[in-house]
Amino acid sequence: MALSSSTSPIIRADGLSKTYRVAAKDPGLGGTLRHFVQRRYKDVAAVRDVSFQIQPGEMVGFLGPNGAGKTTTLKMLTGLIHPSAGQALVAGFSPHRRQANFLRRITLVMGQKQQLLWDLPALDSLRVNAAVYGIDEAESRTRIHALAEMLDLGNELRRPLRKLSLGQRMKAELLAALLHRPEVLFLDEPTLGLDVNAQARVRSFLADYNQRFGATVLLTSHYMADITALCPRVLLIHEGRLFHDGSLEALTQRLAPCREVRLELAEPWPLAALRAYGEVESCEGVVVRLLIRRDGLTAAVSRLLADLPVRDLEVRDPPIEELIGRLFVQGALP
Amino acid sequence: MSSPRELPLHSLHHGWRVARALFASQYALMLEYRAEILLWALSGLVPFIMLAVWIESPAGNALGMGPTQLARYFLAAFVVRQFTVAWVMTVFEEDALQGRLSPMLLQPLHPFWRYLASHFAEQAIRLPFVAMIASLFFLVLPWAFWVPTPQRALLALAATFLAFLLNFLIQCTMACLCFWSERVNALERLIYIPMLFLSGTAAPLEAFPPALRRIVEWTPFPLLVNFPAQLLSGGEVPIAAGFTALAVWITGLFLLMTLLWRIGVKRYGAMGA
Repeated sequence: MALSSSTSPIIRADGLSKTYRVAAKDPGLGGTLRHFVQRRYKDVAAVRDVSFQIQPGEMVGFLGPNGAGKTTTLKMLTGLIHPSAGQALVAGFSPHRRQANFLRRITLVMGQKQQLLWDLPALDSLRVNAAVYGIDEAESRTRIHALAEMLDLGNELRRPLRKLSLGQRMKAELLAALLHRPEVLFLDEPTLGLDVNAQARVRSFLADYNQRFGATVLLTSHYMADITALCPRVLLIHEGRLFHDGSLEALTQRLAPCREVRLELAEPWPLAALRAYGEVESCEGVVVRLLIRRDGLTAAVSRLLADLPVRDLEVRDPPIEELIGRLFVQGALP
Repeated sequence: MSSPRELPLHSLHHGWRVARALFASQYALMLEYRAEILLWALSGLVPFIMLAVWIESPAGNALGMGPTQLARYFLAAFVVRQFTVAWVMTVFEEDALQGRLSPMLLQPLHPFWRYLASHFAEQAIRLPFVAMIASLFFLVLPWAFWVPTPQRALLALAATFLAFLLNFLIQCTMACLCFWSERVNALERLIYIPMLFLSGTAAPLEAFPPALRRIVEWTPFPLLVNFPAQLLSGGEVPIAAGFTALAVWITGLFLLMTLLWRIGVKRYGAMGA
C-alpha cells in the first residue's frame, strides 16, 4: 500500500446520516385505493451517524449486508446524494457540491452498472471521457495503453461493448473510470458476477493501481476474498450504523470470541468428555471440532494434547464470511 | 445550460473537443439505429396528411392561401419538425430510473450536453431521409416546387435552430421535474396535444379563430413550427417579433431550467444505482 506522507485524511465522514422518505402502501385493493387517495409516507433511516476517516493511499473494505447503508454512504461520499445530517469531506471538497475539481479527483465504479455506451466499442466512450476530463490525445492514448496492459485488455476495446463478456466489460468499465487518474476510488461491488479468474484479475489490478498511483480505495464487496486480499482495514456497517472500524483480524476477534480447534483422534472419544474442553461444534467419528475461548486457548490445547490420543490438531479462526453471515442472519450485534 | 462549476469547459478549444467527441460518439451510436430513425422520420408525416385534408376542404380557401402556398407551408412544416424534435424527457426519465444518470452526474459535464449531442447526431442522420422525402414530394406535386431566397433560407435556418433549442429547453425544464416525480414522461403526453395543434403542424396559425390565435401567440408553440415554416415557405410572418419571442422564451426557460436543476438535483436519490 502506498501511504502518502500527509497525515490529513482524504476521506472524512462526520456523523453522516441519510433518511429517505418512502411511500407506505398496504397490500390488496383497499390498500391500493387508500394509497391513491391519501398517500402515507414513512421515514427510513438508511445511514445513521456514521463517522470515519481514511488516509491517502489506504485501501479500506466496506462490509455489510444488503440494505445496511454501504451504497448510500458511497453515494453521499461521491456527492450523488445529499446527506440528511452530518458532513463529508473528500479530497478537501464537500462532495454534494459536485465541483468540477472534485469530480476530477474521484471515481465511482458500480458493478453491473455501466457508463460505457452499450452499442459502441469502449474506445469511443474513452475518447469522450478523455475530452471531458481535458486529457490530451497523446496522453490519453498512453494511459489507455498502460491501463489496458494492467487489465489484460487488448482488441476487446475495439469491439462493441455488447459483444464482450461480463469480465471484459467490467475491466473496460474500470479502465474508463480510471482514465482521468482519480485519487479516490469508490468501488461498489466491482467483482459482482465475475468468475473466479476475472475476480482475481480485477483484485490484482486494484492492488497494482493502488501501489503505482497511491490511490485511496473504499471498496464494498460481497466476496470476502476481495476484502481479505486488498483491505488491511475494514468498516462494517449494519442497519445504517458503523459497527466496526479496524483490521479484519480485530473484527474476527470481536465477532468470534472463540477459536476453532479441529482434532483428529486415534479413536472415537465420548462426547461428554470432550465438552470439558470447550463447546463441541461437531463430532464425526474421530474428527472433532471444538470452539474454545481465546483467553483459555493455550491451556485447553495443552490439556487436549496431554489427555487425548491426538493424531492431528489445527487451530483456526472461523471463516470471516461465516461470522459475518451469521451475524447478519441473527440480526443482533454483540 | 449549467453553472460553470458543472461545465468546466475552460477554453474554446476544450469545449470544441468535447463537442466533437460527443457528436462523433453519438453519431456512431445513431448510425446503429438508422432504421429506427427512418421510421421516426416517416412518423413525422402528419403535415402531409393535414395538407391533403386542407387542400380538399373548402375551408382551405378561407385561409387565403392557395394550394401552392398550402403545399409549400406543409412541406416546410414537415422539414422544420424533423429538425426540432426533442425527446429529453423520455431518455432522462429512463436514465434516472435505470441508474444511468448517476455516472453522468459524476463527470464534470452536465448530462444535458450529452442529450444535446444526441439530438444533433440524430438530426444529421435524419438529413438524407428528409431530403429524400422532400424530393418525393416535389415529384408528386411538381407545381409546389420553390427555392427560397438566400435571405429567407438563412432566416428559416436560424429560426429552425432556435425552435429546436426552445423545444429542447421545454423538454429539459420538464425533465427536471423528474426529481420530484419519477414518472415525468406522462407530462410529455400532456403537451403532445398543444404541440400538435397549436404549433402549426395541423394547420397554419391563419386557420385559427382570431381570439384563439391571439392567445396562442402568447405561448411558445407557434414558434416551434409555424414561425420557421412560414419563413421557409415564403409566407408572411412578423420576422423581428418572431425572433424576439424566441429569444425571450429561450432565455426564460434556460433560467427556469437552471433553477429547477439546482433545486432538483439535491433531491436526487440515485435510484437504481
